[in-house]
Amino acid sequence: MNQFLKDRETQIVTKGKHSAEIACEKKSLAGSVSQRACVFCGSRVVLYPIADALHVIHGPVGCASYTWDIRGALSSGPQLHRLSFTTDLKERDVVFGGEKKLYHALCELIDKHQPKAAFVFSTCIIGVIGDDVEAVCRQVTREKGIDVIPVMSEGFNGTKKDGYKIACGALSKLVGTDDSYKPSKYSINILGDFNLAGELWILAEYYKKLGVELVSCMTGDGRVEQIRRAHKATLNVVQCSGSMVHLAKEMKEKYGIPFMKVSYFGIEDMSDALYEVARFFKDEEMMQNARELVREEISQLLPALQPYRQKLEGKKAAIYVGGAFKAISLVKALRLLGMKTVVVGSQTGNADDYKLLKELCDDGTIIVDDSNPNELSEFVKLTGANLFIGGVKERPIAHKLGLGFCDHNHERKEALAGYVGMMNFAKEVYASVTSPVWKFIK
Amino acid sequence: MFETNSVLAKGTDYKATQNACKLCSPLGASVAYKGFEGCVPLIHGSQGCATYIRRYLISHYKEPIDIASSNFTEDSTIFGGDRNFKIAAQNIINQYKPQLIGISTTCLSETIGDDVTLFLHELKGDDFDGNAEFVVASTPSYQGTHIDGFHEAVAAVIRKFAKKGNTGDHINLFPGFISTEDIRLLKEIVAEFGIEASILPDYSESLDNPVWHTYKRIPEGGTTMEEVEKSGSAKASIEFGTVLNLGKLSGRVKNLNLTKTGAQYLEKEMDVPLVRLPMPIGITQTDRFFEELGKLTGKKTPEKYTKQRGRLVDAYVDAHKYVFGKKAVVYGEEDFVVGMCSFLDEIGIEVALAASGGESGLLEGEILKHCPENGDKITVREGYDFESIREWCLANKPDILVGHSKGYYIARELGIPIVRVGFPIHDRVGGQRIKHLGYSGTQELFDKIVNALIEYKQDSSPVGYKYM
Repeated sequence: MNQFLKDRETQIVTKGKHSAEIACEKKSLAGSVSQRACVFCGSRVVLYPIADALHVIHGPVGCASYTWDIRGALSSGPQLHRLSFTTDLKERDVVFGGEKKLYHALCELIDKHQPKAAFVFSTCIIGVIGDDVEAVCRQVTREKGIDVIPVMSEGFNGTKKDGYKIACGALSKLVGTDDSYKPSKYSINILGDFNLAGELWILAEYYKKLGVELVSCMTGDGRVEQIRRAHKATLNVVQCSGSMVHLAKEMKEKYGIPFMKVSYFGIEDMSDALYEVARFFKDEEMMQNARELVREEISQLLPALQPYRQKLEGKKAAIYVGGAFKAISLVKALRLLGMKTVVVGSQTGNADDYKLLKELCDDGTIIVDDSNPNELSEFVKLTGANLFIGGVKERPIAHKLGLGFCDHNHERKEALAGYVGMMNFAKEVYASVTSPVWKFIK
Repeated sequence: MFETNSVLAKGTDYKATQNACKLCSPLGASVAYKGFEGCVPLIHGSQGCATYIRRYLISHYKEPIDIASSNFTEDSTIFGGDRNFKIAAQNIINQYKPQLIGISTTCLSETIGDDVTLFLHELKGDDFDGNAEFVVASTPSYQGTHIDGFHEAVAAVIRKFAKKGNTGDHINLFPGFISTEDIRLLKEIVAEFGIEASILPDYSESLDNPVWHTYKRIPEGGTTMEEVEKSGSAKASIEFGTVLNLGKLSGRVKNLNLTKTGAQYLEKEMDVPLVRLPMPIGITQTDRFFEELGKLTGKKTPEKYTKQRGRLVDAYVDAHKYVFGKKAVVYGEEDFVVGMCSFLDEIGIEVALAASGGESGLLEGEILKHCPENGDKITVREGYDFESIREWCLANKPDILVGHSKGYYIARELGIPIVRVGFPIHDRVGGQRIKHLGYSGTQELFDKIVNALIEYKQDSSPVGYKYM
């Protein structure tokens, strides 16, 4: 592994070989061809699924074009989030300032689409030319009577993770603005589920069976009104902690709402997520409901998984995803299918995540932070992986090398959360690994 | 507070862009750079620009597309991006060992005033390790569209490497932004004419590779540096496109009056004669291309192509009633739109709306020039977004959409067919291989359009016809 960039060596460890802790939470190295995006991307992906809000990107056209309807976050009602709005700045705006354009854009779009709130994303150039986005937002808020919230997400201002934090800041401006709601005492907010392929709806059904009320979901199938009253819930359940833990912490501080981190991927983590909630509410009936639900689901799922497991036993997988928490669940879910994880990495994991991953994996597993195509392709070759799990940017690396690929990112159209998600996952892994096409790769 | 020296000081008809029908310049530049052998694109700006563009291109080409970034931080934004630029250059060389690093600037680096050419001079003086050539295209995303970026990058490569010399027998072919299959088609045509032609740029391999056994840090293929050097001594250049990056460039404060396209530079500086043609879509425009090849080589069109042409005419005749008078909406890059309108016009389809996100100021004139049948009836719109196209469609009820996949939701809402062609195609496999040039490309496109219209008629008929 000596062909890698020297400055990145501390971000790659092999379990059993290196005792040192992995370096992480660093800025990407210039010229490394990182798979990461920027601050704007971080903010955009978190707020994106709020379906009845207007999302306006203030800057030249690119940032808006590349994020137009690229995610699988579904809405049960409004589809406003799937459109792409931008001030499309030109050179003269850069010279003379884009505030007026932004003001006109907001007024026009709010009149036309009647959104419940608006988010205004500042891109790189806005940070440089110094448009007073906050002032424009204040003025439009006054004139139009809806919250127009600035999201100061200039791309250069940190990493994608910093973008998550900024998005949480924007959400916290909405949280707590509606006090009139009275939820049941068993009520939660789901944080960090983005309703990809309708996953939230699966989860909502489970929680309903437990007798838990869902006050809001941030941000999958999100609605502004629900977010306003989110502070009335008793508990915050955080799935994608990388993106949402900032808000959970803030809500704990401000409103005294405790939070717990869960994962909905794989039988083990999904079941734990339900039990943990029941345990939190200390309600025996709820615990009983959870047990029944889990028993019922597993009694159907396990036999159904068996044929897939038989075919997949002993196969090796490489994982490279955005958030490390997801990677942890994936290692477990793959184990359930008889598969071994030989490479695992993430764009934004922290020291705790990687520690957990290291504990979870077998000796010889390569663990990597903020990787790039050169490293990833080398790792899969070195370990003889049969499957790669990642997102759009990793897919061609796998396919080009004749490797099965499973999309576990935000573009996917298959639900992978919950018990039904585990079944879908097994089917997809099976289809990817055992397809007859691989016989032509020699 | 907004009544300052602003573009909207007169407070007029500004409209927000809703679902843009264009992309930004560094994307086009990155595609063009991928067409030169051994080249790694480097976007000088924030990490996101490179990642978003990679992601977007990967979804179309379904290939690994490594684009590096200089990863601006807040520091680089304040104090200048030179340090990050140098680290990036060194790391690319260490990882990729490229022959060429193709730099595109971004809105960010341009606005803070980074002088990349100066950085390059400084780079040579530092303890810089490795060999690579560098080329810089100025591609701030607030100027023009991805097509401007594409042509800027091609021109930057030509300006840097073309060498003047005794005129040879070879020609240059500047195809513009077309599909990988179209590039292969052009190579076949020039080979059949027995003339050596350099395709500038040629990403037919690098963006459409066979399966690999080991990861290729830089995919094979691309115009070689030798070919680029020789472009200065070619017998002639043929350039597809009449809008290119020659327009006013949307939003530019003043025209910098640079030599704009690579072919134009060669003509001006190295006396390589330039023949500029619209994209050869349809018989009229393909005939012109073949005539030029005939003139340059002194050869008659090979029989293979006269037969292809004959079959295409035959197909036009067989199917003319299915298409005549149908109203089409065409959208995409301006030169694509001009070529496509010319083709639709010659088969009797009335283009009702020709729209582009580009704002060259040249589109309407070019369309009028190349659409003799119904050109004067076409609504031509520059600087249009998909929301405007959608509203226009709802009001005017066209029969078919012709363009890339981003128009799908409009076709779906209207319940009319869409024929996918151009860039990007994100919702189909094989989008990167869709042909539309030459007689055979036109044939495929023609069949698709006719069949889409027939299928629509079949589907909306209460009778299940299975015989036409």
